[in-house]
Parts: sequence; C-alpha cells; structure tokens
Amino acid sequence: MSDILQSLIDIVGEKGVSNEPEELWFYSRDPGVLAPHKPDYVVAPKTTEEVQKIVQLAGREKIPVVPMGNGMSLAGLVIPLKGGIVLDMKRMNKILEVNPMGRYAVMEGGTSQGALKSYLQKNHPTLRHSLPDAPPTTTIAANVSLHGQGRLTNQYGFNSDMVTGLEMVLPTGEICRIGSPSIGPYWFSKGPTLPDLSGLFLGWLGATGIITKVGLKLFPNKKIRDVELFVTDRVELVPQILYKLTHLEVCEDINVWFQPKPQMFLGNFHVTIFFTGDTEDEIEFKRKMIWDSLQEHMDAKDGGFMSVQYMKSTLLEMPGRTIADFADVPKGGGFEYSGPIALIEHYPQYAAKVVELAQKYNVLYASAARLISGGHAMMFSISFAFNRDDAAMMERVEKALDEAMTFALDMGGIPWKPNHKEQKMLLERMEPNARKLLLMIKKNLDPQGIMNPGNWEVNA
Amino acid sequence: MTTIRHIEHEQIVHRCFRCGYCKYPSDYSDFNCPSYKAFGWDTFAPGGRMWLTRAWLHGEIETSARFAEIMFSCVACDNCKDQCVFPKFKDFLPDIFQETRAELVGEGRIPPGVRDYFKAVAVSGNPYKLPQSERGDWAKGTGLKPYTNQKYLFYAGSVGSYDEVGKRMAQSVGKMLVDAGLSVGILGAEEGCDGNDVRALGEMGLFAQLAQANIDTFKAKGVKEIITLDPHALNTFKKDYPALGGKFKVQHYSEVLAELIKKKKIKLKAYPVKITYHDPCYLGRHQQIYSAPREILKAIPKAEFVEMHRHGANAFCCGGGGGNFFTDILGTAEDSASRVRVREAAETGASILAVACPNCAKMLTDAVKMENLEDRLEVLGLAEILERARK
Ligand SMILES: Cc1cc2nc3c(=O)[nH]c(=O)nc-3n(C[C@H](O)[C@H](O)[C@H](O)COP(=O)(O)OP(=O)(O)OC[C@H]3O[C@@H](n4cnc5c(N)ncnc54)[C@H](O)[C@@H]3O)c2cc1C
Ligand code: SF4
Ligand code: SF4
Repeated sequence: MSDILQSLIDIVGEKGVSNEPEELWFYSRDPGVLAPHKPDYVVAPKTTEEVQKIVQLAGREKIPVVPMGNGMSLAGLVIPLKGGIVLDMKRMNKILEVNPMGRYAVMEGGTSQGALKSYLQKNHPTLRHSLPDAPPTTTIAANVSLHGQGRLTNQYGFNSDMVTGLEMVLPTGEICRIGSPSIGPYWFSKGPTLPDLSGLFLGWLGATGIITKVGLKLFPNKKIRDVELFVTDRVELVPQILYKLTHLEVCEDINVWFQPKPQMFLGNFHVTIFFTGDTEDEIEFKRKMIWDSLQEHMDAKDGGFMSVQYMKSTLLEMPGRTIADFADVPKGGGFEYSGPIALIEHYPQYAAKVVELAQKYNVLYASAARLISGGHAMMFSISFAFNRDDAAMMERVEKALDEAMTFALDMGGIPWKPNHKEQKMLLERMEPNARKLLLMIKKNLDPQGIMNPGNWEVNA
Repeated sequence: MTTIRHIEHEQIVHRCFRCGYCKYPSDYSDFNCPSYKAFGWDTFAPGGRMWLTRAWLHGEIETSARFAEIMFSCVACDNCKDQCVFPKFKDFLPDIFQETRAELVGEGRIPPGVRDYFKAVAVSGNPYKLPQSERGDWAKGTGLKPYTNQKYLFYAGSVGSYDEVGKRMAQSVGKMLVDAGLSVGILGAEEGCDGNDVRALGEMGLFAQLAQANIDTFKAKGVKEIITLDPHALNTFKKDYPALGGKFKVQHYSEVLAELIKKKKIKLKAYPVKITYHDPCYLGRHQQIYSAPREILKAIPKAEFVEMHRHGANAFCCGGGGGNFFTDILGTAEDSASRVRVREAAETGASILAVACPNCAKMLTDAVKMENLEDRLEVLGLAEILERARK
C-alpha cells in the first residue's frame, strides 16, 4: 500500500477512501461531453478537520484536490484534469442551523439542495431557498462555487449573492471563516460591512479552497404559487415583454424557453411567469397586473396567454424533473448546456444562434433563459441533447458548444460555469490587469496550484 | 464501443443520466437507496451501478470483488424504478441490475455470502441448512392442517418456517386464519423454497428448478389459491411463476386478514397503543399493496396509527430485500438500512413497529437491539398485533 493511501486511511478511515478501479473509473467523468481523466484516489470526508488534514497532506505531497458535489455541472468541473484526489463532499450533509427570524440556514459543504428543501418544508414551512432546477442531489456549496441561479434569482440575484457566510479550508490547510461568522456566532452576512472576502471563493470552482460550511439566505415561502404562460412567435418582442414584466416587480421567476419538440412548441417563444401570494386575492391581483402589462401585445395579436391547465403541475414542480428529461429525448441519456450570462436585449440573436448551431451540427436543441435580478441580465441556456452511445454526436455537441461560447463572448456575454476550455477563451479576452489580479489571488491562495488544477489557471 | 459481455437490456444502459433522482424518495428528505446510504459512494447508487454496468459490458472495467460487491449490495427495493426521471426506461433499472448479477453468477465471480446462500438452498432446500423434515414444525399448535383439498394453501416460506422471529409471525397468521374459519392448509415438509431471492441474486438455473418443483407440487395437490406469509414469495408467485406455467390466485395474508376483519370474522377489542407500519418493498413497491395492512391497523379500536416520514411508495427498505437478508452485504453499521429504519420508526413515538414480512421482522428486530431501542419499540407482525386486540 502506498504511503499516501495509508495516510488517507489514517484520516478518514477505510470506508472513506477508495482507489479501486470502479470508483476511479466513475469519478473520472461527469455526464457531459468532456473527456474523462482518472483521479488517483477518491476520498469522502465527514468533518472539516478531515478536509483540513487531506488538504495538508495534498499540499505536502503536491497532489491535486478536486472538491465535488454531485458532478452535475455538465461542464466537467469535477473531472480531475491532473489526477490526484477527488473529494466527494456528500457525506458532509448536516443542516446545522436555521435562524427563522434572521432567515438564514447554515449547512455543511456537501448538503444537497433536495435535503435543504425537504428540511425547510418539514420544519420551517414559511421559509424557502432559491432552489435551482438542477437535480436535488446537487449540493449547495457547489452551486455557489459556480454562481448558480435558482427560483428566486429574478428577485434576489445569483444564488452566490445569497450566501451569508462561509467556512473554508484554504489550499494551505488553514480553516477560515468569511463574513459575519468570522466576527461572532451569527451567519447573516458574507461580507458587508467588511471587505467582502467571499469573492475569493464564490465562482472559483473550487480552485481557491473548499467550502466546508455555507450560510444561505432564506426567503418567505408564500402559501400559493401560480404560473402564467405567455406565448409569442415574434422573437424580437421578447426583450420588451421581459422588460414590462420585470417592471411590475411581482414575479418570482421568469423563464423564456423554446424547443422544436414536441411539434406544438416549434416556432414559439414561451415566457413562463411564476408568482406567489398568501391569499387568492393577492394572486389574482398579481395575475391581473401580469396580464395587463402584456395587453398591448395581445391587442396587436403578437401573442397571448396559453392555458397552462394541463401542464401546471409540471411547471410548478421544484426542481423541475422534466428538465432532466431533455437528456433522454434522443433516447441517449445526455445533454450539455452553455449558459452565458447576457443582456436581455440580445435575446433574439442568441435564439437565432441556437437554431443555427443545431442545424449546422445536426443536433437537437432546447433553450431556457432565466432572468437575473429583475432583468439586469439573463442566463441564456444553449442546450444540446446527445446519445451517449454515439461518440460522433457527442463530438458534434462539443463543437457546437465551443462555437456557442465564442459567439457569447463576441456578444459581450460571460460564460456561466465555464469548462476549462471556455475559461481559457475567457481569460484570453480579459483585460490584462483584471487577469493579473486573478493570477495574484490564485497564486497567493494556492501557491502550489493543488486546488482543482486546470480550472482558473491563469498564466502570467 | 464494442460490447464484450451481454445482458438482455444492454441497449438502454447508456441512457442513464447519472442525475441521482433515483437515490431519493419523492420529497428528497434522505437517501432512499439502501446501498448508497450504507456505502456512501456514487458507485453504489443506481446511477453509479448503471454507468459501471456499461463500462463492464464494454470491458472498460474488469470483473472484480468490488464490482460484485457493488452489484450484490443492491437490495432490489425498486425505489430507483419509482423515482428515476425517465419514463419507461426506469421500469428496467432493477432488471438491469439483476441481469448483471446473473452474468456474474455465470462467470462464477460472486461474493462468498452469495455463494454460500445458493449452496445452502440447492443442497438443503432452505438457506438455514436445516432438515426439510422440520419445515412444517412451526405450525404445531396453530390448528393448521396439511393441505389436502382446502380452498387455500398457506405458504410460509423459508423464513417463516425456520427463523424464530419468522416462525412467530407464521404461527400468529396461521392461528388467525384457522380461528376465522378459513378453509386452509399447509404443505409442511413438502413445501419448497419460493426462489424469489435466488432469482434476485441472479442464479436463474436454481430459480427455475425451485419454481418448477413448487409449481409441480401445487398442481399435483390441486392448489388453486395461495395465501403467502412472505411478500417475497407473493412477488415471485405473481410475477415469475405464470411464465413457467404456474398460474394460481395469490394473495398476501394482509389482504386476507383485512377482508376477514371487514366481514367481522375477526372481532377486535380496544387496544390503546401507538403503532407505525413499515411497508415491505415486495409488498409495496413491487406489488402495490399499501392499503390492506393499514386497514388492519386502523381497524383496531383505540389504537393510534402514525406514519413514518417515509412511507408507502417512499418507504425506506429494511435492507433485507433481494437476498441481502441472507448475504448481509449491506452490513450492520450505523447507516445500514435496518438501523436507519428503526430510528425513523422511533421518531414517530410509536411503541409498536408493525411489519408484514418475516424478513423485515427479523431485520428490524435485530436493528432495534443494535440501536438500544428495546424499551421503546417492539417489532410485531400484523397478526401478532391482532392477537393482542382480538376479542
Ligand atoms: C437538468 C439540469 C438542470 C440544471 N438547472 C440548473 C439551475 O436551474 N441552476 C443552476 O445554477 N444550475 C443548474 N444546473 C447545473 C448544475 O447541476 C448546478 O449548477 C449544480 O448546482 C451543480 O452542483 P453539483 O453538486 O453537481 O456540482 P459539481 O459539478 O459537483 O461541482 C461544481 C463546481 O463546484 C466545485 N465544488 C463542489 N463542492 C465544493 C465545495 N464544497 N467547495 C468548493 N468547491 C466545490 C467543484 O469543484 C466544481 O468546480 C442544472 C443541471 C442539470 C443537469
Ligand atoms: S437511473 Fe434514472 S434517475 Fe437514476 S441517475 Fe440514471 S437517469 Fe437519473
Ligand atoms: S433497487 Fe433499491 S438498492 Fe437497488 S439500486 Fe435501486 S434503489 Fe438502490
């Protein structure tokens, strides 16, 4: 047995480490299209102290460490590009505290979205968090590490904006608290009024440290949720429609989607408008505001509200299970998406590009945009499904996504959850002093370059 | 990719997205795949199994003790089949795992516990290696007569016939049926192992032998209707036997007892106690029988029935499904299914954990001891509870 394996066993016990071919094979890949790369060990810690010891060991031995939630970014962000240790964080899954009056929760760094949702439903039914539509197995810490967005992003910003404090294991092995928990016992602010150090970790894809605890804002869980679906075939009107809807300041979440299958959806743009209330009166009042705001488009016969009756429960489901269904439309269990963060006014160009790329590469598309912070930007998903048994199709999807990202950058958008290739494209375009600042931060925090190497690797 | 091994559903294995919905119950409250819960590696979750199966079929990973452990630690609880996001595809998940195990059996690379189990059943006709002649001994004092031409055959199964906890359960059901005046008999020493778990573990040859022998006996005796103690037997009698020519009307004893209570053939008095109920996978998810056991418990005057958080189609397996009852690959650590389950039962505040399967009864009885819950929680079969509440 190697010294490293024995040292890892000493830290987490035999059940917490594996270098068996089965785990190495599985943890070398994610469900997206990027090529796998084998780790040397897979380790599943249960405590912050175990994480600390693993990182210290990795530092001494100069072995990469890749923190992993459920590996569902689809962008290969947990593929250990340079081998080393994949750290499966999911055994650190305790919900440590809910402060109902302060509306925040604190949990361990492998806690899943599903677990928090269920916990709140059972114990604090008047509270909710901004649940993404990712599978419920995905973790909260991973989601804020990649600036995820969820059901409340239109109202309150990226999910990473909702962080209220962090406990980090730094690449040098120190344990460090960020925000109000660095000063006192409460987890209500990630930064303000201090210099906001959370920016050293959020969005860094695990390349600057490991989140072992995360505080998250909770929001009122209103008694009633409802949805309206506005449909238009005039893509150029979509930005205006979104502008009018966001002006109302009453929508929980706004998504715009289009897809060629089933046939009934082809050629239309569907604006799904979610809203909430504590009474039927509140709901009806908001519904009227939403309808009134788009009246002129209906008068001009440019679009109309579609009855949602038969798909209401599907639309209201959280997370939306049918989103994962897209992976199996070509009966092949796979899809991958780029999700550039872009201006709403660019919606028509992005929409045209999706269709163009799908035709060029002969792949099946779907797209869903989610508004961010009341319309300051949108996450525009460019999704292509593939058949996992068809290597050529997977290659075509990869190429289509590369081209989509070049387009997004040309449009002035920024990639969301960029894969390692997209990160390079992005860094090449970045203003040199901004790039230098990134390099400085990365070098100082992770002098040995052991944290998720291959990601946010800034060259001088 | 070239396929170097073959299973029936190999054409769809690649469709698993690895999203993990299947690890959970419908409200995501905890992990509901017992092997993932116990081992904590993604490889032990349904998605992991699917991806590894594909790699193994294509020769990207070899047959190994670890691979066998991963495959044989699936307890065939069917949670993944219910929870997977892909319609139709999901129906075949447990089949794919079962076919993979069968392939491993064919290669002769199986965990020692599984091998010993097959051997015991093949040689002794039961996993306990006890004499066939003693198979009917449990029925002494119940009033049950050997099956001649009664309306029903009561099939006790190996656990009901040989295990102490199982025998108690069988006796209480037997007595209840006799006292209610049902025309019912047993096969005793002529009863054979039903083969459900042998099949789940992938020994198709042995299963075929066992099933054929049972079918022949049932037919020779003129059996038309069967009441099973064990949901495992119920499952295979209903699902697998018809294709082998064994078409009988099969019911679980809970269905029969519920009917007898309704018809006032079993009369009940007040029994003030708080009861929760554990759905056996082979009764619930496999056979969709959820209401009969609850009807029985709710019929007891003054008894308070409470559900566990995970119940019905979302119930968490006791860990004894798919042969793990005998092979014990899940082990008995803190996160093993039976221990998790009794902690969940204790949380309800119930003092009785009702069960409808002898395997569950044994698994959960042992777990109550391991969790030091003996003072708070008693594991009892439905009929054992009825005995206490009978007028
Ligand atoms: C059907 C579907 C729908 C989706 N919908 C959404 C959506 O609505 N909103 C959304 O935001 N995303 C969505 N996603 C994308 C993705 O699944 C989510 O962003 C999800 O949060 C990723 O979580 P994970 O646990 O799988 O992350 P992983 O892939 O495991 O990790 C993501 C990144 O976080 C890092 N990381 C993981 N844990 C830690 C830690 N403890 N400390 C530091 N770094 C860590 C990893 O190294 C990696 O760089 C969707 C994906 C799918 C397949
Ligand atoms: S079996 Fe179904 S739910 Fe489970 S990971 Fe695969 S696709 Fe997802
Ligand atoms: S049948 Fe049960 S134990 Fe087997 S993989 Fe599915 S959920 Fe897990």
